[in-house]
Amino acid sequence: MIKFNKFYNQFNILSSLLIVASLILLTFKGLNFGIDFKGGTLIELRSSDLKINVSSLRDNLNQMDLGDVSVKKFGNNRDYLIKFENKDKKENIIKDIKSNLDKSFGNNFDFRRVENVGPKVSSELLRSGIIAISVSLAVMLIYIWIRFEWQFSFGAILALFHDVIVTLGLFSLLNLEINLSIIAAVLTIVGYSMNDTVVIFDRVRENLKKYSDIKIFDLTNISINETLSRTLITSITTLLALLSIFFFGGEILKGFSLAMIFGVIFGTYSSIYIANSVLVRLKVSQKTILKEDEKI
Amino acid sequence: MLYFSKLRIIFVSFICLFFIFIASNNLLSTDKKLIDKKINLGLDLQGGSYLLLEIDNTPVIEQKLQNATSLIRTYFKEKGIRIGNLTLSGKKISFTVENQFKQNVKNEFENENSEINPYYPRFKSHQFDLTVLENLFELSFSKQGIIELKNSSQDQALEIVRRRIDEIGTNEPNILKRGNDRVLVELPGLDDPMRIKSLLGKTANLTFRFVSNNNQDSFGVEKLKYENGLDEDFVSKRIILSGENLLDAQPRMDNQTNETVVSFTLDRVGAKRFGKATSSNIGRKLAIILDGKIISAPVIRDTIASGSGQISGGFTFQSATDLSLLLRSGALPAPLNIIEERTVGPDLGQDSINAGMIALIIGFALVIIFIFIKYKTFGLITNITLIINLLILLGILTLFEATLTLPGIAGIILTVGMAVDANVLIFERIKEELKNEKNNIIAFDSGYIKSRTAILDANITTLLAAIILFFMGSGPIKGFSVTLGVGIFTTLFSVYFIARLLTSIYVTKNKDKEALI
Repeated sequence: MIKFNKFYNQFNILSSLLIVASLILLTFKGLNFGIDFKGGTLIELRSSDLKINVSSLRDNLNQMDLGDVSVKKFGNNRDYLIKFENKDKKENIIKDIKSNLDKSFGNNFDFRRVENVGPKVSSELLRSGIIAISVSLAVMLIYIWIRFEWQFSFGAILALFHDVIVTLGLFSLLNLEINLSIIAAVLTIVGYSMNDTVVIFDRVRENLKKYSDIKIFDLTNISINETLSRTLITSITTLLALLSIFFFGGEILKGFSLAMIFGVIFGTYSSIYIANSVLVRLKVSQKTILKEDEKI
Repeated sequence: MLYFSKLRIIFVSFICLFFIFIASNNLLSTDKKLIDKKINLGLDLQGGSYLLLEIDNTPVIEQKLQNATSLIRTYFKEKGIRIGNLTLSGKKISFTVENQFKQNVKNEFENENSEINPYYPRFKSHQFDLTVLENLFELSFSKQGIIELKNSSQDQALEIVRRRIDEIGTNEPNILKRGNDRVLVELPGLDDPMRIKSLLGKTANLTFRFVSNNNQDSFGVEKLKYENGLDEDFVSKRIILSGENLLDAQPRMDNQTNETVVSFTLDRVGAKRFGKATSSNIGRKLAIILDGKIISAPVIRDTIASGSGQISGGFTFQSATDLSLLLRSGALPAPLNIIEERTVGPDLGQDSINAGMIALIIGFALVIIFIFIKYKTFGLITNITLIINLLILLGILTLFEATLTLPGIAGIILTVGMAVDANVLIFERIKEELKNEKNNIIAFDSGYIKSRTAILDANITTLLAAIILFFMGSGPIKGFSVTLGVGIFTTLFSVYFIARLLTSIYVTKNKDKEALI
């Protein structure tokens, strides 16, 4: 049996540091919002001429007075991602860019994707994204509150907040773009983290009924170990699926799958080290669940 | 628990075969199909354009207030009630009333069946809110008044947008209302929305008005620019003809000048008015104005009684075609602004499909190999279940003709990764039970029973996340929540019916074997 409980303190300190660091990053560095949430224009183009590169494209576009232009390679040597604010909301901007590029580099470009999000829509999308995440956290809170005693709920929610905050913190640190699909990833992480915690908690609850003489400190360890192979197998298969999306699913799904990969790793870790140590710290005992059972 | 009745086995097999049959529909391309259903591909996979248009209602509000102002003027004149200083400024109509008429006027506006302030019987709210400050009366749109105005301009805009898009003839466009001042347009298969965007961006408000450079016109004049942006002319505010009077408009080649023109036919009322106006104004310039700009202002040489004519203005064939199309489909009630646009080219869509499929196949293979190595025979059972699970998932998506998006494919791959969870929970539990229980059948039974709460809990949490995402998410993200959510149900079905059936068959045959799992 692995002694997970020996490291509760160390990992609790680590997690606290991670959360503080993430909050600092989120407050001072902030998130790199994509055009979904910031507004602006995105163009994905493919060039058939390999002589064209990022800097020549950037120079060309900078002449067009588009405001802040970002040009990046997108997956391979031929695909580029161009983003700019489009502050003046020029109507035919795409047409202008196309003709300008054709003039400078010859007719070598295929506009594969164009997205244009106005300021009103982007602030609405941001708002509904924040609402979606808040609602999902609230719903999980209600669910776990109905299902378990408050000590368990507290542990699960703490683990949940940890996963969401640290994943976002990592996105801030690595300057990865936050777009609509990241919101979907965060919501799925919320579901996954909860799922993982609940399975261990179910076992803790069962063992609390079974053994009245084992302290919660050891009882959580027994429960973690009993569910360990399930935790690992499910995490591994989920990660296998996600890694496959990350490596083969194309550029567009990269951010989404990366967020999910982080989330699954954090979720697995937090259900062992955060959720369970909360039970220990709140001195959960057989009485906790018996009291609750009497009430019902 | 492990026992399955014959009827149940038949039922489970039937459901599996039914959905597999439906899922197979997506692969067949023959026309001879029993069920004509297929999974729809989202715009991000088949390529196409998504446009969100917002109606700018300011001019409509202005127009309606102007109408109301003149209505109020005539209404009280007829009633013999004197009101003064009737003005329209900003979004308010104001006028003064002498003390003796105050109550009277107030009643006219606040009466439940008021003629000049309607809506009350229907909405329990009037069209206008009235505020009285001593002798000053002020009218502004009520909440309900604004809602009604927006609804009606949205209805009109939707109709005009549909007509314009139908005229262009793209395949299976999707035109929907969003909120009460937006119209959503989805155009599958369109990789260059430039033309549609410019057609939808025009109000196409056409008027024929006389040029009055001597500045004397009882209707007032206004200065308008020509299309070229350089020249301008004073034009009477009196409208001789408007776009509403047009029956038809077509691009044509003028044989004499070799120029592309737009020829139009007027309805009866229009033809009559046009004939009268031309006969009494020979020698004057008639300006043809589109959206506040003069296209051309030809001099009238003769009476035009035929009810048809032509507009010239240095058109190319394309611009003449577009103008005819706009005139045929009618003017928008208010300008439309494109506030969100997402266009994906068909080759990027195809690349996304390919990448998604490769990721699905590789992810699936990795999971299957891992599970087989881990559980051997029971791994095989899990894997068979997983395959059937996937087919049922596709079958359900086909049956409901769901829209599959790129994130939706990601949802399917994720379902594959998470679907084994329930089986793993059960098998791990059975392993534990077998430590204390020698009878295989009893151990398997209690393994299934004892793992049930954990499985339900685990799936409910994911389902809750998917449901929230479905209601909050938009476009492609919605596709993700659909596959993830449906995936949970198919997973539970396949675990509790298919996997358990296969397990029960195997365990019953090998009930005396040791170290079964």
